[in-house]
Amino acid sequence: MTNKIKPGQSESAASRRTFLKGGLAAGGAIVAGATAARSATPDKAITEPHEWAQTLGEGVDARPYGTPSEFEKHVVRRNVSWLTATPESSVNFTPLHELDGIITPNGLCFERHHAGIAVVDPAKHRLMINGLVDKPLVFTMDDLKRFPRVNKVFFLECAANSGMEWRGAQLNGCQFTHGMVHNVMYTGVPLKYLLEEAGIKSSAKWLMPEGADASGMTRSVPLFKALDDCLVAFAMNGEALRPEQGYPLRLVVPGWEGNMWVKWLRRIEVGDQPWHAREETSKYTDLMENGKARRFTWEMDCKSVITNPSPQAPLKHTQGQTVITGVAWSGRGTIKRVDVTIDGGKNWHTARLDGPSLDKSLHRFYFDFNWDGKPLLMQSRAIDSTGYVQPTKNELRKARGTNSIYHNNGIQTWHVRENGAVENVEIS
Amino acid sequence: MSKSLKAICAVAATTLLLGISAANAGKYNLGRKALPEEIKAWNTDVRPDGQGLPKGQGKVSDGETIYNEQCAACHGDFGEGKDRWPVLVGGKDTLKSDDPVKTIGSYWPYTSTIFDYVRRSMPFGNAQSLSANETYALTAYLLYMNEIIDDEKFVLSDKNFTSVRLPNEKNFTKDVRPDTPTQAQQKPCMKNCKTEVKITGRARVLDVTPDAKKE
Repeated sequence: MTNKIKPGQSESAASRRTFLKGGLAAGGAIVAGATAARSATPDKAITEPHEWAQTLGEGVDARPYGTPSEFEKHVVRRNVSWLTATPESSVNFTPLHELDGIITPNGLCFERHHAGIAVVDPAKHRLMINGLVDKPLVFTMDDLKRFPRVNKVFFLECAANSGMEWRGAQLNGCQFTHGMVHNVMYTGVPLKYLLEEAGIKSSAKWLMPEGADASGMTRSVPLFKALDDCLVAFAMNGEALRPEQGYPLRLVVPGWEGNMWVKWLRRIEVGDQPWHAREETSKYTDLMENGKARRFTWEMDCKSVITNPSPQAPLKHTQGQTVITGVAWSGRGTIKRVDVTIDGGKNWHTARLDGPSLDKSLHRFYFDFNWDGKPLLMQSRAIDSTGYVQPTKNELRKARGTNSIYHNNGIQTWHVRENGAVENVEIS
Repeated sequence: MSKSLKAICAVAATTLLLGISAANAGKYNLGRKALPEEIKAWNTDVRPDGQGLPKGQGKVSDGETIYNEQCAACHGDFGEGKDRWPVLVGGKDTLKSDDPVKTIGSYWPYTSTIFDYVRRSMPFGNAQSLSANETYALTAYLLYMNEIIDDEKFVLSDKNFTSVRLPNEKNFTKDVRPDTPTQAQQKPCMKNCKTEVKITGRARVLDVTPDAKKE
């Protein structure tokens, strides 16, 4: 069988016949016909000239730092204004439903500030290491860039991601239910090198990173983690950190809750006990049903979500070949497998993982199927390299109640209707 | 150059090298030693055992004045929290309820966290502006508002600080995750896992999504 266009035959007619044949073979004749029917009259997008095909565009000096197409203006971080008292101590959300692959563009990485975006002059920025060290040290940014550096891709997830969903489905959009996560390549110095330079005393067990912003953010980080894989990063996705991500320097704590990744990092104190800072007592502790609260719940559990279709990204067709895609991640390793259901968990299908599979990084999955046009109840279920299986929301509630706020990694359900609209639901 | 001068030069050079390495014992010889004044300027953190507390003291009544001038606009006259600003007072016996109110008195485990946080992060928008004595006074007033101390003449200082304990200290536990059936031993079900599926909840019932269009 050849698909060549014969003289006098239009391309659309040829492709329609080819499409029909292929569709019939796959049992999708109705869908293929519906698609082809739309090209029964000539497409003006083809038959009429476009301005961009005839006139000159902007020159190379027009966009010295490139920004996305004007047709992508809707692809932005969004805030849920009722969540917090003021935007300076608030959060916005990554538009996961507009992204593909595994890397989050720098300008779309969700933000969480406690005293607004500090504007720090790198020439006046210092990193101090003090406490239980042989020699307290001060580094300039130039000093830090003389250490051997590494490049690593890691996800950063806020412990409160999906926190509004503990009591039930609340927000319509994976940007809002799951958008407090991003995934970028960091360039930085292993924290271990800096600590070795200062010389850690044998009694040292904890570190306290501190931010230079007006919140003076601090957390207690156990020494074993710092010596394992923490970085002091100055670049993300190949360029300097964005101001809202801690320019010029931030701590990277792979796989652990985002609050520990102190931005505008100015000091690391070494000690023998945790500090019990406000962000590890009043906040970022997980209140259980019995009134007791878990503390130092650092690791981010294995989690996944279908990003498309989702409430902000409905299906634009009503049946036929369809792509379900989403992201999965685990603070304990790589993603081994993602299963997808379209019938509310009666039957599961192993999704196709595509792109790099990196430790403590987002993984991209796809499930390609032929939609019969009937309503769908879609879920994804991730399994990580430790064998941990992402739990249902009800399994989490059974274990922890509904007051926890943090660490909700439950399976998300999206209801797709015949018209392609999608809603955040919970199912039996 | 004479042999003796060469020897002196060699000794001087060695001393210089040793001097450099002694100034910084690290492998990469980067950074410089932090001066005591520099460490003092930034090292203001306070731990539950009192490490890091500055010398000083403050009265409940002085704390009340500072609170009314610099805190009440957001946290409310009685620590009740205006709008969505944090509630500081109350919430006793609510931690097991459907509406837990997590305040200094009901939830926070350590007094030191109040001092440390207020001194580094508050007042919001004018951080690191309170003196040690003002921070002691404000901490004393917050403890008084929360009925942790009941004497309005109480003076909190670096001397008596660690004697003031918060009631919820014992209710913090360690992380016991994974705490859900991880199914590591059994393969998760793939076929015919359920006979019936019902929708039990919908986001649009609440309709709190930003920019959501009502259907």
